[in-house]
Amino acid sequence: MSVAPTSPLPVLKAADYATDQDVRWCPGCGDYSILMQTKKVLAKLGVDRSKTVFISGIGCSSRFPYYMNTYGFHSIHGRAPTFATGLKLARPELDIWVATGDGDALSIGGNHFLHVIRRNLDVKILLFNNRIYGLTKGQYSPTSEHGKKTKSTPMGAPDYPIRPLSIAIAAGATFAARSMDVDVKHLEYVLERAAKHVGTAVVEIYQNCNIFNDGAFDYATDKTTKSDTTIYLEQGKPLVFGNGTKGIRLREMNPEVVDLASTPKDDLLVHNEQAQPAVPFLLSRMRQPDLPEPMGIMRSVEKERYVSVVRAQNEEALAKQGPGDIQQLLDGPETWTVS
Amino acid sequence: MLSGVTVRFAGDSGDGMQLAGTQFTDTSALVGNDISTLPDFPAEIRAPAGTLAGVSGFQIHFSSNDIYTPGDDVHALVAMNPAALRTNLRSVVSGGIVIVNEDAFTPKDVTKAGYAKNPLEDGTFSNYRLIKVPINKLTAAAAKDTGLGAKDIDRCKNMFALGLVYWLYGRPVEPTVNYIKSKFSKKPAVEQANTLALKAGYAFGETTELFNEQYQVPKAKLAPGKYRKITGNEAVAIGMVAASKLANKELVYCSYPITPASDILHNLSTFKNYGVVTFQAEDEIAAIGAAIGASFGGALGVTGTSGPGIALKAEAIGLAVMTELPVVIVDVQRGGPSTGLPTKTEQADLLQVMYGRNGECPVPIIAASSPADCFNATIEAFAIATKYMTPVILLSDGYIANGSEPWVVPQFDKLEKIKIEHPTQKNDDRGFMPYKRNADGARPWAIPGTAGLEHRLGGLEKQDVTGSVNYEPANHEKMVRLRQAKVNNLKPAGPDILWTGPTSGDLLIVGWGSTYGAIKAATLELRNAGVAVAACHIRYMNPLPAKLAEMLKNFKHVMVPEMNLGQLRLLLRSKYLVDAKGLNKVRGQPFTIGEVVAGAKSLLGGEVPAGAQEIAMAGAEDAGIGGGG
Ligand code: SF4
Repeated sequence: MSVAPTSPLPVLKAADYATDQDVRWCPGCGDYSILMQTKKVLAKLGVDRSKTVFISGIGCSSRFPYYMNTYGFHSIHGRAPTFATGLKLARPELDIWVATGDGDALSIGGNHFLHVIRRNLDVKILLFNNRIYGLTKGQYSPTSEHGKKTKSTPMGAPDYPIRPLSIAIAAGATFAARSMDVDVKHLEYVLERAAKHVGTAVVEIYQNCNIFNDGAFDYATDKTTKSDTTIYLEQGKPLVFGNGTKGIRLREMNPEVVDLASTPKDDLLVHNEQAQPAVPFLLSRMRQPDLPEPMGIMRSVEKERYVSVVRAQNEEALAKQGPGDIQQLLDGPETWTVS
Repeated sequence: MLSGVTVRFAGDSGDGMQLAGTQFTDTSALVGNDISTLPDFPAEIRAPAGTLAGVSGFQIHFSSNDIYTPGDDVHALVAMNPAALRTNLRSVVSGGIVIVNEDAFTPKDVTKAGYAKNPLEDGTFSNYRLIKVPINKLTAAAAKDTGLGAKDIDRCKNMFALGLVYWLYGRPVEPTVNYIKSKFSKKPAVEQANTLALKAGYAFGETTELFNEQYQVPKAKLAPGKYRKITGNEAVAIGMVAASKLANKELVYCSYPITPASDILHNLSTFKNYGVVTFQAEDEIAAIGAAIGASFGGALGVTGTSGPGIALKAEAIGLAVMTELPVVIVDVQRGGPSTGLPTKTEQADLLQVMYGRNGECPVPIIAASSPADCFNATIEAFAIATKYMTPVILLSDGYIANGSEPWVVPQFDKLEKIKIEHPTQKNDDRGFMPYKRNADGARPWAIPGTAGLEHRLGGLEKQDVTGSVNYEPANHEKMVRLRQAKVNNLKPAGPDILWTGPTSGDLLIVGWGSTYGAIKAATLELRNAGVAVAACHIRYMNPLPAKLAEMLKNFKHVMVPEMNLGQLRLLLRSKYLVDAKGLNKVRGQPFTIGEVVAGAKSLLGGEVPAGAQEIAMAGAEDAGIGGGG
């Protein structure tokens, strides 16, 4: 994010980023929390509304831009990253956010999701993962569990689910993180880190769709099970969960749960956001019921942004060839005169 | 002395025929001829050597008169192998010159080309002037001291053939010598070998007695001015740069590689010092998405593709219609459906670009009529897009994209500027209203970064004026009609019709796009023969020219030649209730002048059965088809 306030800015509140539109998500939907935490983070960072753009595709989550009093673009299904790419190329100084869902980003928009990440374009992608199609009223999605019974799969989903952050990391994500709608403090922290990341940031947010897939993440949000089913990543700290009783150790490249009563903490995997991609990839594969699901920033590294490379090439051409003479271009390599 | 000649170079796709043809064209243009070219290459990059599928050809028509097409009949054919001879011989006029590389007529190659026996020995040529030249051997001898290997020397054959044809038509070798020098400046041996082969070819013509004469085609009496040679794809690319300078805007060209449009991307990617940003997208949809995103940001967003790409972009074009953002979409048409004939020409995307989207989704469409016209048509597309806040589709096709002609280079300062305004202030007491229209029906183009004008666009139906999401029945009807009216009422930014002949008579030939040259030449020929005919060539396909309704009434017959099965004809018949007859050709090849003339004669001669919509075309029999329909 290129926001570097130089002059004292008026103190902004989350409400300053709200539009006059009625929010039309179902009451109790996890999207409300994501909207609120996003506004809070923008307010905290003093983000200039006029230089910020939210772009979305289609789906419940893609209503997001209508509720942000910034510039916004509610585009077509799966294609939000493409509009973001063109806009960023034309206007590198803008802060661009993409709001998308599991169907939008991983099914119809899978190709663009890969490429916007691999290019390190420099957009913040909020991937609302509710493991269901909400807007079309309840079909299974690419992140739905194998065997899940839905309107379109009365005998159970035959597919195996895709893991958004595995895809992101495989595509070379410079920032990949996970949080949950109801864990507001953590979500705010992750969003702030994403906002400050220079490059494409992917944030997967477990989001409850209380109408079509209610309770999908209860295992991870329920106070009684949470400490055993999730593990919070902290830079430089060993991977500990289960209220400090358990940890994750790597053995022959396999993460395994160990009991801290019998295993020294020194054996545990220590979290490093800058580790080789293989490590965050392993983290992205950890899944219930076998392993706790990591929350937090799996990977955060620096890499030149696509838009900088493109702009640098144009600068270089300008420096080497001088500003193009349009008449010369029209004349082409050779002219002849008829008198 | 000849007034006009058509030469065709034909060989294997690895034989360098496109290069020989391009060089011959450049030199002919430089000596002052009018020119028109037709490159014709296989879809496969390297189809198996020596096969019919692998034949690559390049036809040049050069003349001391104004010409409009690459020529109906070939006066001189260079055939580098039996397959090239077999596929091209029937285009050669009776008595025409046929130069063959006799070294390539081995029994194996003769069989590969599908000949039962060697055609050089069986009287196939009684109607032609056959010149057998051992091009392999002579090229090898010419370049033997360059130190190059046999394979590299063999690749200079095209230069030998070119040199020979240069001699035949009395053109200088120097322009090509210079070209070789700059092209191979880092490979002196290759430079030397090519130059030696070229000169050897020329000398061969001069010293042997194979030809009894040399032919001269004097300079054309072209209108005074500064000329260059240009292809349609080049004209589109520099037209885009010119438009961006005229509008004082950055150009962002977003495209996915596709034949025959890729050259636009290649060209533009070398214009970075003109402030051009190019983006090779991951797919066709990403390309138009990025173009729309760039336009949302205030740049000139543009995408280029061919028919299959247009199909993929349809939904996004609809979004641009709904969000009323200016974006230009170039469709370089090729043979379809599906992958079709990627390297061959056709004009069968007209209905796709008119109607191939969900909902009522009007888009202005401009069709370029020749390679050079692509320049103006491109600038007009941007002028319309930004003035009316709408996507605009520019139609070209494989024929004009790759074909070339001389072009009077415009003075950039004399071109009309494209005026664009981005609002900086609220336009209403209630705040900024993104869908409050001006007198042209265009909404304001407020761009991100402008404080106080933050607004949200999207594909859901908009409330009139406020731009808020709105599903009310009356509002939807109003918006559908407003979008349609904006397109229906737009003022063309250039000529909407190119007219040839008087405004009334027996026959009006109505065309669009790349058939311009053939139709115009045919019309002039018919008029010389005393036929009361005129030609009306449409450049603005949507909205159709206002005066068309009137014009159609002034003629007894209307004929519509198209390289499709009657798409403009369908529009004309439905919109104007006119009994237009189609002359339809879908062979991946442009119309010849003769075909249009024959069609007109057949219509005027009463040979089209009552009720038939299509005129039978000569040569249609061998495709097993007839007119009528
Ligand atoms: S359908 Fe589900 S995801 Fe969509 S708004 Fe309602 S609760 Fe939220």
